[in-house]
Amino acid sequence: MTGTVPATLTPPLEHSRPRSTWRRFARHRLACGGLLILLAVVLMALFAEALAPRSPVVQQIRLRLKPPGFVDARSGQTLWLGTDHLGRDICSRIIYGSRISLVVSLPAVATSAIIGLTLGLLAGFYGGWCEGVLMRLVDLQLAFPFILLALSLVALLGPSLHNIILVFALTTWPVYARTTRGAVLSLRAQEFVQAARSLGAGDGRILWRHVLPNVVSPVLVLASFEVARMIILESALGFLGLGVQPPIPTWGNMLADGRDYIRDAWWIAAFPGLAIMITAAGVNFLGDGLRDLFDPTLHYTGS
Amino acid sequence: MTMEYLVLRSLQSLLLIFLATLVVFLLLHITPGDPATLILGDQATPEQVADLRRSMGLDRPLHEQYGRFLANAMCGDFGLSIRAQRPALMYVMERLPATLQLSAGAFAFAVLTGIPIGILSAVKRLSLWDHGAMFVALLGQSMPVYWLGLMLIVIFAVHLRWLPASGMGQLQHLILPAFTLGMFLIGLIIRLMRSSMLDVLSRDYIRTAHAKGLSRHIVLVRHALKNACIPVVTVLGLQMGTLLGGAVITETVFAWPGMGMVTVTAIHQRDYPVVQSAVLVLAVLVVLINWCVDMVYHYLDPRIR
Repeated sequence: MTGTVPATLTPPLEHSRPRSTWRRFARHRLACGGLLILLAVVLMALFAEALAPRSPVVQQIRLRLKPPGFVDARSGQTLWLGTDHLGRDICSRIIYGSRISLVVSLPAVATSAIIGLTLGLLAGFYGGWCEGVLMRLVDLQLAFPFILLALSLVALLGPSLHNIILVFALTTWPVYARTTRGAVLSLRAQEFVQAARSLGAGDGRILWRHVLPNVVSPVLVLASFEVARMIILESALGFLGLGVQPPIPTWGNMLADGRDYIRDAWWIAAFPGLAIMITAAGVNFLGDGLRDLFDPTLHYTGS
Repeated sequence: MTMEYLVLRSLQSLLLIFLATLVVFLLLHITPGDPATLILGDQATPEQVADLRRSMGLDRPLHEQYGRFLANAMCGDFGLSIRAQRPALMYVMERLPATLQLSAGAFAFAVLTGIPIGILSAVKRLSLWDHGAMFVALLGQSMPVYWLGLMLIVIFAVHLRWLPASGMGQLQHLILPAFTLGMFLIGLIIRLMRSSMLDVLSRDYIRTAHAKGLSRHIVLVRHALKNACIPVVTVLGLQMGTLLGGAVITETVFAWPGMGMVTVTAIHQRDYPVVQSAVLVLAVLVVLINWCVDMVYHYLDPRIR
């Protein structure tokens, strides 16, 4: 095989062929695994009420700091992942916590991707001063330690769900703008764009019908990696006490609780962290698969 | 040509720093509500708020406030820390060495292990080693840094008692935090180094070198490595902001007395002068590092000269 060609962001210039594309995806084992993990997390979030063995918020001091696998003599229930310092069931809290992770990361990524895609398209297509301004904004965003900026903004605005999504969306769009602009720059000079123009197509039509379909795939790949990053960052905010506030269980604020009891009850911090890692890894695997799929120079051989 | 590039690039960096001051200034002013009330809290009397507004210059028009902020910032004056009643910048700067020590330790660890692993992965492409390294790399990038830190504390400090869980001082204090923060970069370095090396190894000049009868070792080290490092250097430069951001969280896990810990505490205490100076100091640091990286890049890669 000739898999040594560099991975570029050049989008495929062909119409997708659903069947062979799907077959290629299905052969990418890690990506399929990633997709399954993501589906499992989505199902967990949707059906938390049915899946959680106990309430995620009811405190039972009698059952505080019980280790994983502890059997509650009174109810006969096994506490598979143990309980926290207030006697809440960790397993149930993790199941409910998946909701916040998804509810923050997915809208944040979708919003920032749309903003970045639009600005990147315009900057790449028209160039000129707006391109210069945009690229400086991208540099600026890269210069700021993102987490500090997000922390300060969330602290100022107040740590509500809306504000967290807003801050994430408004501070992460430049990466999409940069990627889109790069892809548009290489497309602008392609024959099919010039052909469309010579047939009398206007800018709007060229952008919408000819350029956009070709930049969607790199943006989609980037977005999938960003979902993983947002899940981790949301939990970091929670860990620092600036995430969605208790009593709503989030993986981040569970970890913050766990830190205080790290010497006596490792499980309080260990399991939500594992949940974050597995989810983020699943999304990253999926992103890897999508990249191999969309990048025509990197056909995955499945070996 | 090179001089022109140097000047242009430096001007660009200055512009970035200028924009950064604007963001840091606006941070306090775009938010709903009055900064004075935010700082004083809900219990403050209207007189106290009015007093603070006047002393902070909040009763002046916004552009005038920014002008004053910029002028003061250029002299290193961000006002007094509200809690510590000391110059905010000084308060932040005295913690900078600790943060730099942690970041440098993490960086060194990540580069010294990530680059060889990446090279080996490329050389033994699609072997068990390669798949293993890729898996570890992806896992490293999927792990919340602070969680890794907590788990390392559980294992090495609580159970094995080999290493201290927190604080700063001797070398053993640095091991866990540097490893934790380094894991953050290692995945990226392994993947980048691998793909860059694969790219270089497929080039004609490598084939020529092999054809000349040079040993595998010499071809790898002398011909491939230097070229393969170029993209890695650029991306590492761009990751400095992320590294320093990661340091902020790592510091809070290990009670490492650096800028991150001060800043997080200041954010919680609404000590804005400290937050503003910390964010700006880190941003300026990243801009300077990127400037240096570009200069190194310029030197390494004669094609862009």
